[in-house]
Amino acid sequence: MTFAPTIAAIRFGYGLPLPEAAPVTPEDMLALLAGPDLAAQRWPSAGVEAFLQAEAQMAPFFQARREKKPVPPEAEARAKEILAMNDVAVQATLARALASPDGLRERLVAFWADHFTVVIKQKYRRVLASTLVEDAIRPHMTGSFGDLLTAVTLHPAMLEYLDQSSSIGPDSPVGMRRNKGLNENLARELMELHSLGVGAAYSQADVTQMAELLTGLTAQPEKGMVFEPKRAEPGPETVLGQTYDGEGLAPIRAVLQDLALRPETAAHLAHKLAVHFVSDAPDPDLVAAIAQAYTASGGDLMASYGALLQHPVAWQSPFQKIRQPYDFVIAGLRAMGVTDEAVLTMKPGHLKAMVLQPMAAMGQPYQGAEGPNGWPEEAEAWITPIGLALRITWAMQMPKRLMRPVPDPVAFAKACLGDQASADLLWAAERAEDRPQGVGLVLASADFNRR
Amino acid sequence: MQRRDFLRGLGILGCSAAAHPWLNTVTMAGSDGGRPLGDHRFVVMILRGAMDGLDVVQPQGAPEYAGYRPTLIQPDAPDLDGFFRLHAAMAPLLPLWASGELGFVHATSTPYRDKRSHFDGQDMLEAGTGMDVPLDQVRDGWLNRLLQTQKGLTSQTAYSVGVDAMPILAGSAPVKEWAPETTLALTPQSQLLLDRVYHDDLLFQSAALEAMELAAAGNLGAAMAAGMGAGKAIGTGMVPQEPKREARVRDVVGLVDYAAAQMLQDARIVAFSLTGWDTHKGQASGLPLALTRLQYSILRLKSGLGPEVWGKTTVLAMTEFGRTAKENGTKGTDHGTAGLMLMAGGAIAGGKVYGQWPGLAEADLYQRRDLMPTSDVRAWAAHALRGMYGIDRAVLEGVVFPGLQMGDDPGIIR
Repeated sequence: MTFAPTIAAIRFGYGLPLPEAAPVTPEDMLALLAGPDLAAQRWPSAGVEAFLQAEAQMAPFFQARREKKPVPPEAEARAKEILAMNDVAVQATLARALASPDGLRERLVAFWADHFTVVIKQKYRRVLASTLVEDAIRPHMTGSFGDLLTAVTLHPAMLEYLDQSSSIGPDSPVGMRRNKGLNENLARELMELHSLGVGAAYSQADVTQMAELLTGLTAQPEKGMVFEPKRAEPGPETVLGQTYDGEGLAPIRAVLQDLALRPETAAHLAHKLAVHFVSDAPDPDLVAAIAQAYTASGGDLMASYGALLQHPVAWQSPFQKIRQPYDFVIAGLRAMGVTDEAVLTMKPGHLKAMVLQPMAAMGQPYQGAEGPNGWPEEAEAWITPIGLALRITWAMQMPKRLMRPVPDPVAFAKACLGDQASADLLWAAERAEDRPQGVGLVLASADFNRR
Repeated sequence: MQRRDFLRGLGILGCSAAAHPWLNTVTMAGSDGGRPLGDHRFVVMILRGAMDGLDVVQPQGAPEYAGYRPTLIQPDAPDLDGFFRLHAAMAPLLPLWASGELGFVHATSTPYRDKRSHFDGQDMLEAGTGMDVPLDQVRDGWLNRLLQTQKGLTSQTAYSVGVDAMPILAGSAPVKEWAPETTLALTPQSQLLLDRVYHDDLLFQSAALEAMELAAAGNLGAAMAAGMGAGKAIGTGMVPQEPKREARVRDVVGLVDYAAAQMLQDARIVAFSLTGWDTHKGQASGLPLALTRLQYSILRLKSGLGPEVWGKTTVLAMTEFGRTAKENGTKGTDHGTAGLMLMAGGAIAGGKVYGQWPGLAEADLYQRRDLMPTSDVRAWAAHALRGMYGIDRAVLEGVVFPGLQMGDDPGIIR
């Protein structure tokens, strides 16, 4: 295998130049990933416990608003705090991506956050989406997929986003008293998107049975995830030919672990990993290698990442993927030398104008996917006339706003693209009218927008 | 910057222009003054998320309806024909119903069955294929295949409007893709250098080429509109009043006004999407927001086009599937099968709910759960295309919608 440090940085990280002490071989990248999550410690962000505590303080604020009375200063302060939690979450995510030596981990976090998309639209609850990443994804994404799937499925953010909290067993005590019933949203997406994949052989009956099995799971104010036996459909349920019975969370945990070990899940996840990191039409051999490592290890994710990083196809040029707007903006900020400190101390307004609004305009509002299937992978979905026009515009405007002094464009191209900078790009960079436009040209180039 | 300069910079005028389908059509745009597809305008709105047809056009004449939908039924909703009532949020469209410019097809669906996945359902709706073709093998959308069968198209004939991807228009025939209010301000030197930088990457090359051309045209269009006083000199003389703030129609206004401006020129086919239909929960408060955007889009389009062009326009609003016949446990509805198609425009024979009504008795439901499909939504679209453009049945059944049997002409086009 011809291994290339430039490819490692661009395909499996947020690009060049690498943060200090970043590993450059697959072995070292995997070793760092297998260790503790240092980035979460260094750039902390709130989990769901902290959010629920903050939300519990919000009652006077909402009451004043409901009654159209002036909001007391104390209540106003609580509201500001809960909004600030979300600002911190966004800043921590950007800082980790920009500055952590463990770039592979941050790319995988983004992969899983997309796989388990959660969109929270209410202004004062928005940080809930980030708490899913902090509590469920980051701690479990280097362990077994069954544990990751369980942590995500039982997290209040997912329960809320896919309406599980309000799904009630029709024959449960609550269901009979209130004449209420199932909502099968989470049950369906759990099978279609999170585990088996839509191509797998499951039926509407499996979805309905899964929905019955999941009844009782709720997300509640102040408490978070609570299993309510009075809402749970009584009796056993059969999903994919397997019968689940028993009290409380045990049968739910069992079905999630079983789903994780299905061969359809192995194939689905292997394909998604290969598509996300390597190619929209990945080499079948690469997909098979990841699926095999997954299955042989009982759904171990480190083994699956290892199969991806150790496959020769993962190190071929040219770059076939497009950096999605989030990746593009992060890689651009890093190339322009924006540090984690700069992001952490940036005024929210500036962060919005320079990072979040441009990302949204390019088609990818932060944590704002249209539905639970997350963002598209295909190059054609991103490099549209509109999408490219907005990338070019951002690329041309940012260097003069963010870089003092603006560097020589050719040196800039070499610093952020290494040996992958094309001769045409170096030719053009040298001929720009001024340095900001030359640097902008590099950021707007196909070389920089691919990974 | 001139398009020609950009092409020269790319170095493709001399060598490879013929190999690239999009560039071929640019050449035609300059040389062919003909009008493919005649004067009719066709607008397809994709309602992403599965619109609940049973709530929009409520079959209150069915004895089971009230029992199935205790929190959703609107007993006072406007009556359409003695059997169906129209959701109250759609009431501003009633004058169009009265004048025959609004109609519906009930209990219709794509051939998609059983998995009830939004994403596969939308893919099939836009591919225009049946269950016999694996979706990952379909490379183009049915509107694009229609364009592929037409001679003398210009690149302005079909527009995909808005930032959402529109697979219905994807394919080898030329299509413009644009969102209003996008600008691209570059110095001439930077444009020339970008030509070179994108030279070896076809995806970037063609996207940049189109972006520059459209940005130039868009600026021009905006200037013209300002000079004319858009909405005053054209149309009904009055822009419809915008609905309440909660319904968020701002983005729709931009889309529709842009689409109308193109349709007053060379555009004959326009597609865009509206979202917000996946009402698993609290549907009585959620659905009106999406419906308001839908009805306002139609009214705004009518006013923007003016009576003459509106008279030659057919709007079809289609969704990937319907929703369950009964409410779920959370005052919403889950993914179902047959749904509703909306038709609007001066070219249609409206004032009628088309389609064979299957009934709501449990035995009449699909899998005892969903409204039973009694027609293929592709057949209605095919008859609309045939009625407006005179396209051969063989082309519609063989190329645009492979494997479709259109059946008798239902007479939905005047």
